[in-house]
Amino acid sequence: MKNEFLQELIGSWSPNLVFSEEGSQYLNVIIPVDELHAIMSKLKYNDQTSFDYLFCLSGVDWGEELGVVYHLESTTFRHSIVVKTQTADRENPTIDSVYDIWATAEFHEREVFDFFGITFSNHPNLKRLFLTDDWEGFPLRKDYEDNINMIIK
Amino acid sequence: METITLNSNFKSEEYFINMGPQHPATHGVLRLLLTIDGEIIKKVEPDLGYIHRSIEKMCERDSYQQIVHLTDRMDYLSANINNEAVCLTVENALEMEIPDRVKVIRTIIGELTRISSHCLWWGVMGMDVGALTTYFYGFRDRELLNDIFEETCGARLTMNYNVPGGLMFDIHPNFVKRVKDFITHFKNKLPEYDRLLTNNIIFQKRTKGVGILSREDAISYGASGPVGRASGYSCDVRKHHPYSALDQVTFNEALRTEGDTYARYLVRIQEMWESLSIVEQLIDNIPEGEYRVATNAVIKLPKGEFYQKVETARGELGVYIISTGVKSPYRLKFRSPGFSNLSLLNHIAVGGKIGDLVATMATLDLVIPDIDR
Repeated sequence: MKNEFLQELIGSWSPNLVFSEEGSQYLNVIIPVDELHAIMSKLKYNDQTSFDYLFCLSGVDWGEELGVVYHLESTTFRHSIVVKTQTADRENPTIDSVYDIWATAEFHEREVFDFFGITFSNHPNLKRLFLTDDWEGFPLRKDYEDNINMIIK
Repeated sequence: METITLNSNFKSEEYFINMGPQHPATHGVLRLLLTIDGEIIKKVEPDLGYIHRSIEKMCERDSYQQIVHLTDRMDYLSANINNEAVCLTVENALEMEIPDRVKVIRTIIGELTRISSHCLWWGVMGMDVGALTTYFYGFRDRELLNDIFEETCGARLTMNYNVPGGLMFDIHPNFVKRVKDFITHFKNKLPEYDRLLTNNIIFQKRTKGVGILSREDAISYGASGPVGRASGYSCDVRKHHPYSALDQVTFNEALRTEGDTYARYLVRIQEMWESLSIVEQLIDNIPEGEYRVATNAVIKLPKGEFYQKVETARGELGVYIISTGVKSPYRLKFRSPGFSNLSLLNHIAVGGKIGDLVATMATLDLVIPDIDR
């Protein structure tokens, strides 16, 4: 499906979605945190969108906000979309887990939790994946203090 | 003969054991926590991070030329394809015209890398299930490819042959001849692989019907590469999103529908034939021209987001760059195939035996640095 049709269709599901194609090869949609799970579920199970393949899930620290970026593709129609969501709460960022929609999210969300400290609600096994349990801080955040000069020269 | 009836008071009990981090079948430092009841697996929980180097964080301080070098150290068996992924992302972002010569050479070396990786996989796959000879056969043929890589760029494993804008050097004058010699050699040797292992009844009994992954689950778990294709899921990036010279060649996507360990094995064997055919189509027609387009010494990508996917020997590698217009990316994410493929291990191993787990893991073809980026 062409991006214009996708935008029209998905835009009709909720008035709070923001679309953009600037500076990206994909159609981007920003979904508010509280509507994320419902819209994501529709993106996969709607017959016309059918985004059944979550090929990338990345955490991003935008400076003020913490966000998650989901890259989705439909194996039926071969169209793609990028979903973004973000929260300004840096102390206690919480975003709904989508592991029940795409099983691959379970591992990817653990990675994001490990490096960005974003809590995914309803996640079945949310604990550190790479780092040790007693690690302090979240290394991929921009304000992470690298005291032992592990990465930064 | 007297039959022994088990005392019904015996109760089975669940307990857990460690597999790894130094277990030979994990081919790297991967630790699996197995919850087992007797020999039946109840749960597999991977414990990662033993060799995590935080490549994504390092990329945030490095220039784009430097990032290429780091990608060698992810999936080191697909080093050249990883390099290519970063280079393609940068080139597409800068909207550079890449000479046909570069595209063809990249594709040839990419496919040779795939064969080399599959040779190693085939060798250790046999070893994992108890067939030691395969290891020597696989390494014998892989050695010839490593020699070609060494002559081309000086490195046998972590090649660093690609740079943004093209290749670091032109190919060696011997390159075409040696690749052709390899094709002739390998076409004779590949049927040996079938005679030794594929058609071996013991091997088939170890692998058929073991670790079954359905097509639906393959998509949901983000499986890619031979793991996805053995479940009937057409996921070859080379077919769906061709890059470099892959739109100039014809090849079949290796697809099976069984989804078991044996199917994943057969897909990789067929992929070696397909890669040979791709190299054969290109090797006589390497276009003349530049091997590199000059770039600025400091590469700055325009503001925006860029995504590039390529097919490594293990599946879909994605490079996601968020740029703010400076010399380093604001955020760089590698979507590595091994990471997603590992996440489905628990799903397909539960209910099987520990011996089956070893066979199943062998056909997931995990390279741990690819997971612990």
